[in-house]
Amino acid sequence: MKRRTLLTGSLALAASPVAAQAAKTPLVWWHAMTGANGEEINRIATGFNASQSAYEIQAVYKGGYADVLTAAIAAWRANQAPHLVQIFEVGTGSMLAAGPATKQVWQLAQETGVALDPALYIPGVRGYYALSDGRQASMPFNSSTAVMWYNKDAFEKAGLDPEKPPATWADTVAAARAIKAKEAASIPVTSSWLIWVQLEQFGAIHDLPFASKSNGFDGLDAELKFNGAGQAKQWQRLADMSQEGTFKYTGRDTAPDAVFYSGQAAIGFGSSAGRGDIVRNAKFRWGEALLPIDTEVNPHPINSIIGGASLWTMTARERTPAEYKGVAEFLRYIGQPEVDAHWHQTTGYVPVTFGGYEKSKADGYYQTAVGADVPIQQLARGTVTANSRGLRLGRLAEIRNILYEETEKMLQGQQTAQQTLDAGVQRGNRVLRDFQKSVGG
Amino acid sequence: MERRTVFHHRLLPILLVAPQFLLTVFFFLWPAGEAIWSSMTRQDPFGLHSQFVGLDNFTDLFEDPLYRDSIGRTVVFMTAVSLLSMAVALLLAVFADREIRGRGIYRTLLIWPYAIAPAMAAVLWLLLLQPQIGLVGVWLNRHGIAWDYHLNGTQALTVVILASAWKQVSYNFIFFLAGLQSIPRTVTEAARLDGAKGWRRFRTITFPLLAPTTFFLIVVNLVYAAFDTFGTVQALTQGGPGKATETLVIKVYRDGVVNLDIGSSSAQSVVLMLGVVALTALQFRFLGRRSDA
Repeated sequence: MKRRTLLTGSLALAASPVAAQAAKTPLVWWHAMTGANGEEINRIATGFNASQSAYEIQAVYKGGYADVLTAAIAAWRANQAPHLVQIFEVGTGSMLAAGPATKQVWQLAQETGVALDPALYIPGVRGYYALSDGRQASMPFNSSTAVMWYNKDAFEKAGLDPEKPPATWADTVAAARAIKAKEAASIPVTSSWLIWVQLEQFGAIHDLPFASKSNGFDGLDAELKFNGAGQAKQWQRLADMSQEGTFKYTGRDTAPDAVFYSGQAAIGFGSSAGRGDIVRNAKFRWGEALLPIDTEVNPHPINSIIGGASLWTMTARERTPAEYKGVAEFLRYIGQPEVDAHWHQTTGYVPVTFGGYEKSKADGYYQTAVGADVPIQQLARGTVTANSRGLRLGRLAEIRNILYEETEKMLQGQQTAQQTLDAGVQRGNRVLRDFQKSVGG
Repeated sequence: MERRTVFHHRLLPILLVAPQFLLTVFFFLWPAGEAIWSSMTRQDPFGLHSQFVGLDNFTDLFEDPLYRDSIGRTVVFMTAVSLLSMAVALLLAVFADREIRGRGIYRTLLIWPYAIAPAMAAVLWLLLLQPQIGLVGVWLNRHGIAWDYHLNGTQALTVVILASAWKQVSYNFIFFLAGLQSIPRTVTEAARLDGAKGWRRFRTITFPLLAPTTFFLIVVNLVYAAFDTFGTVQALTQGGPGKATETLVIKVYRDGVVNLDIGSSSAQSVVLMLGVVALTALQFRFLGRRSDA
């Protein structure tokens, strides 16, 4: 079924450009962006196509991040892989083990002679997608980090200072109680990407390990470690808040976004990349703030980690050097300061190049868009440690799903926070060992 | 008397059988064979390393308490969906079989849901039962009933059972109605003359005479609940909260398509295939014997 759709799809793609513009080599790019961000993707593709006459980038929306990863793998097995695919950060471990299915950035630069200099990219971003010796594996594209969005109208209604978002978890709990008491919003606090924001990011900024071996960067034999006292305290807090009605779980991944955008929730944790959609949809005054910290766990917070995705070059048997050259040219195009800065300013993703950041500063963007530099400040805070470099674990998406399941049980009152995280570690380690065996590590 | 057609040439029968045979080979035997092969290997997602592991995937599966839980959950789900959809369909069929005005319209309307795609059915139920936007969901919460199937496993299971059963009522209705109409009027007339009233007449005459239909529907409904409810469940709960609505097909999808654990997912498919074979064998055996008699 899938193969057939892919086949007809690629036939259609192969047929149409021949009729229209015979000279241009078509390059297919699969992505997972919707809404404001999806429109920006198309704008980038149009911009590149207009900038030169040899290649034609065709941006194709392929579903959510997990769907794109699955589709790319199935397509490669059927020899129908797209030239370029946007893979979310948790898929990085799987893609690094993909060997001949991908052409890593350093290889691409070497073979095509197109200069793709990793040094143009901000280290915190580039490091996530690089091999341990510093060679670049995939090209950083859309990077965000987790932030706290809050509804200033609701804060005012609850008697809180709308210009002073809570900086610690103690303050957050107090604010949530005030919001509930004054009925300033039907949901005081909710969170998108619950596992990413409240466990992975919480661990990074408080310098707590998610897994051994530098969170997996130093080897496939890493073991999960997220059931320490600090994380258990955070998870118990969510359970308690849920119990007293100050936190409401409104679904997995991005499902809770809409609850904040519509004004139902006063505080909505989520990706900084929600900015474009919030600007467009929110009919209330809102603010963007740093993630709150727990001073008892660690009074000196460090950097948060990035989320988002990078671009992987994929191979197919009859792919020509000219096609790879086109891909390399496109990757160079998106790293230009103007392109990166525009992407950053319209979507809420952070700039991934120094040039893009400098350009945004020169544009005076941060004076007009208040709070847009919050994610950058948070990513640049303190010194990067083994716990805050990022996560590199195979089948991490599956581990997140396990944690969702166990957490949902906790929120139903079936188990404590410690039991939840212990179960997550135990089940997650089994997944890691399976992955290790399957890639022959 | 059996009727037998005799072919005098070899070619014609082969030509007649060939299309069906090829379809079976390409759409069943080949994929099923590949599934059986994959179930005995351990592969990485891209298929770069493939290692023969014998029955390891199967032993891992049955040693996994989560898989055993999933089997139990699926049995509960199948039973509930079959019972509910058949009971409702039978009730409706009995009423639609009576002499009432506008019988044709009722029948047409009752058959309608069958034409709706499973995912669409799920969306309809979502618009009713979703706690924040659904009509019934919002109403329940406003009246002090904590309704949130995103978090409450029992409620989630109820929702997917309702949605799945509703979709199958039409199918059962058609068969029950046909079954009722094939019961000779003379038998029910005789019972009436003997003074058997509504419920008694149904229990002692109608229901036993419907037995072949009922048995056929039990098998069909069990197979439906086990396999064809994927779209409904996936669209409503994705198997959550926790694993409260993760039936075996959902688990195959989750492990194979989302988690890319091809070996384990294939092993699960093979187990499911054996389940269907068993159910089909059961049906042939019992229904076959009945028609012989």
